[in-house]
Amino acid sequence: MKRVPTYGIMAEFASAQDLVVAARHTHEAGYRKIDAFSPFPVEELADAIGFHKNSVPLVTLIGAIVGGLTGYLMQYWMAVVSYPVNVGGRPYHSWPSFIIVTFEMTILFGGVSAVFGMLALNGLPMPYHPVFNVPRFALASKDRFFLIVFATDPKYDANGTRQFLEGLHARSISEVPG
Amino acid sequence: MENGKSKREDVCPSKKLNRADVERQLTETKGPEYWRSLEELAGSPEFQDMLHREFPKGASEWVDSVSRRGFLRLMGASLAMAGMTGCTKLPVQEIVPYVRQPEQLIPGVAMYYATAFTLSGYANPLLVESHLGRPTKIEGNNLHPASLSGTDVFAQASILGMYDPDRSQAITHLGDVDSWAAFAKEIKGALAAQKTLGGAGIRILTQTISSPTMKDQMHAFLAMYPKAKWHVYEPANRDNVLEGAKLAFGQPVETRYDFSKADVIVSLDADFLYAGFPGNTRYIRDFASRRNPDAEMSRLYVVESTPSSTGVKADHRLPLRAVEIEKFAFALANDLGAGPTENVASVEWAKFFDAVVKDLGAHKERCVVVAGDHQPPVVHELAHAINVQLGNVGKTVVYTDPVNANPVNQTESLRDLVSDMRAGNVDLLVIMGGNPVYDAPADLGFGDCVKNSKVGLRVYHGLYENETAELCHWNVNEAHYLEAWSDARAYDGMVSLVQPLIAPLYAGKSAHEMLSALIGVSDASGYDIVRGYWQKQNAGPEFEAWWRKTLNDGFVEGSAYTPKVVSLKPLSLPAAPIVDANSDANSLEINLRRDPSVYDGQFANNGWLQELPKPMSKLTWDNAVLMGPRMADREGIKTMDVVTLELGGRKITGPVWIQAGHPDHSVTVHLGYGRRKAGRAGTGAGFDAYALRTTNALWFATGGKLTKTGDHYQLASTQGYQTMDTGDGATRPLVREATLEEYRKEPKFAKEDEPPPTLTLYPGFDYKKSPDAWGMTIDLNACVGCNNCIVACQSENNIAVVGKEQVVKGRHMHWIRVDAYYQGDRDSPKAHFQPVPCMQCENAPCELVCPVGATVHSSEGLNDMVYNRCVGTRYCSNNCPYKVRRFNFLLFQDWETPQYKLMRNPDVSVRSRGVMEKCTYCVQRITERRINAETAAVRENRDFKIEDGSLQTACQQSCPADAIVFGNINDPTSRVAKLKALDRNYGLLADLNTRPRTTYLAEIRNPNPELEA
Amino acid sequence: MADRLDEVEVANKRAPVIEPGYTFGSITDKISSIVLTRPTSLGWVVGFGAGFLVTMMLLFALGYLFIKGTGIWGINIPIGWGFAIVNFVWWIGIGHAGTLISAILLLLRQSWRNSINRFAEAMALFAVASAGIFPLVHTGRPWLAYWMVPYPNTMNYWPQFRSPLVWDVFAVSTYFTISLLFWFIGLIPDLATLRDRAENKYARMSYGLLAMGWRGSARHWARYESAYLLLAGLATPLVLSVHTVVSFDFAVGIVPGWHTTIFPPYFVAGAIYSGFAMVLMLAIPIRKIYNLEDFITDRHLQNSAKVMLATGWIVAYGYAIEAFSGWYGGNRYDQALLWNRLHGPYASVYWMLLICNIFIPQVLWIRKMRTNPVWLFLISFVILVGMWLERFVIVVLSLSRDFVTSSWGMYYPTRWDWMTYFGTIGMFLTAMFLFVRILPMISIFEMRTLLPEAEVKAE
Repeated sequence: MKRVPTYGIMAEFASAQDLVVAARHTHEAGYRKIDAFSPFPVEELADAIGFHKNSVPLVTLIGAIVGGLTGYLMQYWMAVVSYPVNVGGRPYHSWPSFIIVTFEMTILFGGVSAVFGMLALNGLPMPYHPVFNVPRFALASKDRFFLIVFATDPKYDANGTRQFLEGLHARSISEVPG
Repeated sequence: MENGKSKREDVCPSKKLNRADVERQLTETKGPEYWRSLEELAGSPEFQDMLHREFPKGASEWVDSVSRRGFLRLMGASLAMAGMTGCTKLPVQEIVPYVRQPEQLIPGVAMYYATAFTLSGYANPLLVESHLGRPTKIEGNNLHPASLSGTDVFAQASILGMYDPDRSQAITHLGDVDSWAAFAKEIKGALAAQKTLGGAGIRILTQTISSPTMKDQMHAFLAMYPKAKWHVYEPANRDNVLEGAKLAFGQPVETRYDFSKADVIVSLDADFLYAGFPGNTRYIRDFASRRNPDAEMSRLYVVESTPSSTGVKADHRLPLRAVEIEKFAFALANDLGAGPTENVASVEWAKFFDAVVKDLGAHKERCVVVAGDHQPPVVHELAHAINVQLGNVGKTVVYTDPVNANPVNQTESLRDLVSDMRAGNVDLLVIMGGNPVYDAPADLGFGDCVKNSKVGLRVYHGLYENETAELCHWNVNEAHYLEAWSDARAYDGMVSLVQPLIAPLYAGKSAHEMLSALIGVSDASGYDIVRGYWQKQNAGPEFEAWWRKTLNDGFVEGSAYTPKVVSLKPLSLPAAPIVDANSDANSLEINLRRDPSVYDGQFANNGWLQELPKPMSKLTWDNAVLMGPRMADREGIKTMDVVTLELGGRKITGPVWIQAGHPDHSVTVHLGYGRRKAGRAGTGAGFDAYALRTTNALWFATGGKLTKTGDHYQLASTQGYQTMDTGDGATRPLVREATLEEYRKEPKFAKEDEPPPTLTLYPGFDYKKSPDAWGMTIDLNACVGCNNCIVACQSENNIAVVGKEQVVKGRHMHWIRVDAYYQGDRDSPKAHFQPVPCMQCENAPCELVCPVGATVHSSEGLNDMVYNRCVGTRYCSNNCPYKVRRFNFLLFQDWETPQYKLMRNPDVSVRSRGVMEKCTYCVQRITERRINAETAAVRENRDFKIEDGSLQTACQQSCPADAIVFGNINDPTSRVAKLKALDRNYGLLADLNTRPRTTYLAEIRNPNPELEA
Repeated sequence: MADRLDEVEVANKRAPVIEPGYTFGSITDKISSIVLTRPTSLGWVVGFGAGFLVTMMLLFALGYLFIKGTGIWGINIPIGWGFAIVNFVWWIGIGHAGTLISAILLLLRQSWRNSINRFAEAMALFAVASAGIFPLVHTGRPWLAYWMVPYPNTMNYWPQFRSPLVWDVFAVSTYFTISLLFWFIGLIPDLATLRDRAENKYARMSYGLLAMGWRGSARHWARYESAYLLLAGLATPLVLSVHTVVSFDFAVGIVPGWHTTIFPPYFVAGAIYSGFAMVLMLAIPIRKIYNLEDFITDRHLQNSAKVMLATGWIVAYGYAIEAFSGWYGGNRYDQALLWNRLHGPYASVYWMLLICNIFIPQVLWIRKMRTNPVWLFLISFVILVGMWLERFVIVVLSLSRDFVTSSWGMYYPTRWDWMTYFGTIGMFLTAMFLFVRILPMISIFEMRTLLPEAEVKAE
């Protein structure tokens, strides 16, 4: 049978502290295609693996603005353009009454785009991922911390990388089949 | 044998249905289900089985009429179904439309025919709106002096009576359906037998008759059978008036008043401003015409034994027990030099009395004293004497021949009949209309007499299979006045012709056809009889033209009675009033009165009238024992406590309603309730007060006894709270009023706390652009709380009747209500009426909150309801400060009963469950008039305008007081615009800045300065 | 994470947010085992069954309502709104605590929230769902209630945007959507944990599907955290707006007792008030039954009690101002209303509500009371009753006597009113039972962050 190509090499650590240190060293060592996994958010980690570009806020902002505009223009169009009718002697364009729906629409669109923007940027849902092939990786959702160097990294070389990671006091190293 | 038996058992297993069951099923199911259950029932095998068991033997034992009738109703009803479906039968004979010829009949365009509704013999001249041959709405005949386009509630509601599905629907003999021919045959036989005796065994009992044709027929009959007797009886009779006239003038004369000429009016227990008092429609108009504070205003003193709408309009009101009114009348006659001496200096009402005497004395020839129908003859005599003395005769009072065609003392007449029956002198009894078994004085025992007497043949001719019909062999179903030809005299003697609007729904016979059958011509048509009579009156070539014109106008030109010169006989009175032994101040007086809604009981099955709030108590669906607050407190009685009234050994039991302004030591009970066989609406409502009524005390008696039973009974009043003063002491300016002096000093008093039109966050909507801007004014000074507007609106707008339970829950549907408010001393309060339709606010709070835009504003300022759009959040009603919106909490409309389908106004949609509704300013009429105006204008190619006055809302049209004025407020020359310009004009709750289009003219009273001090 | 650590240290000086001696692993096991390994207890089955039956009663009551019409309730003219709207406002109010705890306390870095926010949010969702039923079914023609939503229709007619009821539609649906997303986002990492722990194949698959392949990547965590914070930032004004909008249903009306400017703030305060009461009524039994006292500590009970005390006073201030302006404003209708509240036919209800909402909760000043679960439970119950009465007074009492005395009326609830009300409570409980059985009722990953080990020291 044909041997499956390697996806990357994964090192396991005991604490968030170790993981952050290891990740930082790996990044300093010039590895770029790397990722780290933890059972809870660790702020320093993103910085450690050199991830700085987070566009979720922008997506949310756009969503909110679109929502607000939609809300107000919809009301304006319906009450003034499409079917103007005298309601209790109020003007067709009763702007104070239109504020609330505008506000709610802003929140709705903003919130929805924040959530789905985040999922989209994270590439979720993604039920299958090679890292799941590592049996111990199941602990990543409990109390273990992992660092992976992808095979696609230019500096990647099966043995060199493995030795480098061992140098970072990893509790164990495993190869991730692709 | 055994097998056969057991087999049969199997075939119908212990589910035998008998007449009792059918009867029960039918009585239990009311309204729509009634009809459904019929079909189910007719289909069911049990029912078939029952038929087989019933028919052979059943026919013989007719005596068991109740259950027999239950079974019969079934057949009758299903027949009706057959006849009903898709039926609009036009009368066979030609009748003359008020507006256009029938041949020009245009679908969708209503036509109006003149006819007349008769109550206790007095005609109410009408115009009836007809859609494709279906009468749909009753309006007053504006040409007739007795109406001037006004009506009264009974006339308004009579159209529902015609479509009443519980009407007697077939001729029955011994409870079985039979034919007119068979009846004619039998009656011929009976009469033939009498011929030899000169008709000694024949008795005809009618109600009060004013129809000239009928009178003519009667005399023809009596000519044939000289020994036959014509008896007249109805419970709401005017014997007292008659006897009073005889005492005063030695002859029975009709008294007619002219309140437009009276500066001072004194009512001695006369409720002349409410339906039932002959001429009330015209009297209300005349009275109202003199209540304009900017012209010369009349002054009304009312002395009354039970609070009435007339009392509400009084400038000074004196609650007095009925017995003491005689004393008052004596004193009055005395001090005005018309009568015997009687000193009243001592009594507590002396102050009031002196003021009255002064005022009357100061207005000789311009005042009038009116005595109530239920006051004894002597009071009427005294009233006549006073009027003569003050020179009012010929001015404010005129005397004419009696309208009543047979002015006998009806109580005596009935007494004779009963004694004849007891003596066994009666072989043939024909009862035409009325319901004596139910409403005859209790001491005569009429019912038992009929049941047990040996009268060989008893015939009942009437609209319902009521308590009386049930005791007669033959029961001929009468044609409703909207189905028959006839004629009748109005209070002024003017003859109205009664034209049918539709062929009899159930092939009923009119009184004329019935009588003619007695005379021997059984196939004469009502048309020929009536026309024939009038041809005799004015024979000649131009009769045809005369006939057409008369039908068209609705009345016979110049047939009104001319004033009669009568001379006062010397007063045949004792020196002092016949003081009743028990009439000492602490003996309980019991008053029996016609009911404001169901009259004497003949309208008991009329849902509109049953649900019509009584003017003073706003009670519906029940009568009650009315008593004053002071008495209630003394007896420790609360509203809705059940009490037993005892009078001369007779007892009735009913709930108490505490009525502000009711005299102490006195209670009032309304007649006409507690019907045993009225129909789905009337049967079982309230309690029967006739049980207390005896020939010697028809209207009131002292010496009554009142005991609490400890029970409690739920009464249904439509008004939540009957005062404007709330617990916290704040007085709400709903009805605004002032005395004449105050008004003259401060004409703008009603304008207080009206905000400036600029007081708004938004620029207002500009209605000046549209040619018409609809508005309405309601003159609180003119309104006499006659309730006409409510019924007229209900009829015009297809408003549902909801039944007592729903009224108790506060879900009645009237689009216009008449609020009654009491102020001050609860035992002698100041009272007000305030009709409240939708205010059609320009800044409508209801529209603002409707999430689906189901209520929006039209360019003409109408607050429109879009039923189809309504989802029923009820938010609009919550936000309506006037609470004029009505909600269909359940399916209130009857969608099944075929008769009601025929009755409804096709221009107004019938609302379904879950929809809000309210007054629309009769938008269907606005549209109709606009179309008419426009088509006319197009023909003459000019731009059109809806002429002021050509457009009237239903409430306005039927208002006898002319208190409601509707029109275009953009047109400064319109009546409504002029009225809105008056100082008295104010908007209800205007301080909320709702800018109501309906405004009120404040109430102005004209009290006697002496009594004010 | 620094501030969170301090928070924990500070906390440890008082009652701790989480008892010492826990590790990432033990926290994970303790919470996930409730869902994965703990056998279904008889108590749960009985409780769930009872709730389910009551829910069926609700369906029965609603079925009859649709057949006959709103006339089966006690409403009438003038009192067009009865239990339906009272319950709606009551439930919506309760639904506020969830988002408040998860969003506002998150922004305020109140890490003690971590152990209660999950089920508080669930509670909020179910409460809003219960509330949502009423506006629909209280209409006369519920099958047309969707007309309140703007959609292209043949009538070419749109909702009337000046009506507070339309504002409600938008506010409540937005609130429900955002709460749902917020709740679900919070669940994802825990679902992943369950996915990796579940023994049962189907459980693993379903949790796996819901977890959407979450693997705790640093990049994901970064975006996740910002999205979560943004959502919290958006939900905060939202939660304040929703009850404000609900209060507009009344404040925009002209009915005395409705038309007042104090409504928005005091409705919001009232909402939080009743919300926390409901949280306590759920937290106290839950932490006992599933022995989670280590996670939901006395500290949590205390804090919630303090919040109730504070909001209770805001509500009290609202009542006071209403009464004062009624008396001082000199408007005859407001004066009448005040009199009517104190002496009118519904006075007893008004006095009851003052006792429940203002007087009894004052015992929370006593520390012992704040830490005694039994007392807290009872007081919370009293507060929930009081808040329901408040809404009854606002809706029914005000409508029963407004401007025109002739149209004054009384409202008597029918058995159908009661069945519908209790029915929604049954529905709410049923949902809660299901939730604690199949989802982690405490946020596992956020609990992990409370441990000192979660801390990373800069070199």
